[in-house]
Amino acid sequence: MDFTEEQINRYSRHILLPEVGGKGQKKIAKAKILLVGAGGLGSPAALYLAAAGVGTIGLIDSDVVDLTNLQRQILHHTADVGRPKVVSGKEKIQALNPDVNVSMYEERLTAGNALKIISDYDVVIDGVDNFPAKFLINDACFFANKPLVHGGILRFDGRVTTIIPKKSACYRCVFKTPPPQGLVASCQEAGVIGVLAGIIGTIQATEALKLILGIGHPLTNRMLDFDARKTQFREIKIKRNPHCALCGDHPTITELFDDGDPYAGCAVRP
Amino acid sequence: MQVKINGKSEEVQGGTVLDLLKTKKIEPQMVAVEVNDKMLERDHLATTPLNEGDQVEFLFYMGGGR
Repeated sequence: MDFTEEQINRYSRHILLPEVGGKGQKKIAKAKILLVGAGGLGSPAALYLAAAGVGTIGLIDSDVVDLTNLQRQILHHTADVGRPKVVSGKEKIQALNPDVNVSMYEERLTAGNALKIISDYDVVIDGVDNFPAKFLINDACFFANKPLVHGGILRFDGRVTTIIPKKSACYRCVFKTPPPQGLVASCQEAGVIGVLAGIIGTIQATEALKLILGIGHPLTNRMLDFDARKTQFREIKIKRNPHCALCGDHPTITELFDDGDPYAGCAVRP
Repeated sequence: MQVKINGKSEEVQGGTVLDLLKTKKIEPQMVAVEVNDKMLERDHLATTPLNEGDQVEFLFYMGGGR
């Protein structure tokens, strides 16, 4: 694959970086990144990955744009209210960079479709809003052996961690199961400061690009927590848990399953 | 005695990690607890004593994304 003169111009600030160069930019152009959720976290990730020239971006989301989304979901504009998020997302991505292929999945990720969808991608970004889906993505990436960049936001707090299956701590190594329903507040109930989605989502995009380029140190075996009130990051060391039901020494989870009701979380019931 | 909780030094009474959770009114099912970089199994909360200088991390669930 050769870049046109226009593409060399477009990506010149990447190509100038010794860690990227023309070779790295080609890796980005061949990369396939899946965004599960085209909302708060998925929006900034999608836009920056599109700008970066990622070859294929997959968008999974079954929702339509709601007016309450616009406070943080910058992939969608006022005129998009009522339209499917994957359609609105694809338009913005390709308006920003027509080089990018966008695959749309207007559905929810389930135990039934997850492996099939995920197996087509190089890196997965978690931008979902409920625990059953976060656990499902973690498990599916383990079974499909795909790196996952996990993210979460609530109120003024955000968190990112990168998971390389079988090599670094997974979500279940730390949080074994989804919390009991109703015990943990959702964004819908508790609110979230909109810019937080931008901060956490762009860190997720950074991690995904680093994985594609094979540069630096991924955010593995560490949880990076951000407190927007104090503008403070804190890193918590985590380790693979030998007792982990998924990736431990004696796993009890041997196939994909839906761990709880995804509608119990932050999502608006359709 | 002094322990570090989420990076901040705090004066706490002795006892177990579960006692500390109770003092802080934290529901054990809502949190993953690490002591000195080691993840505690939930059923070990009541049997793990706190020691001077321990570094305790409470990792709360953070589920949002949209």
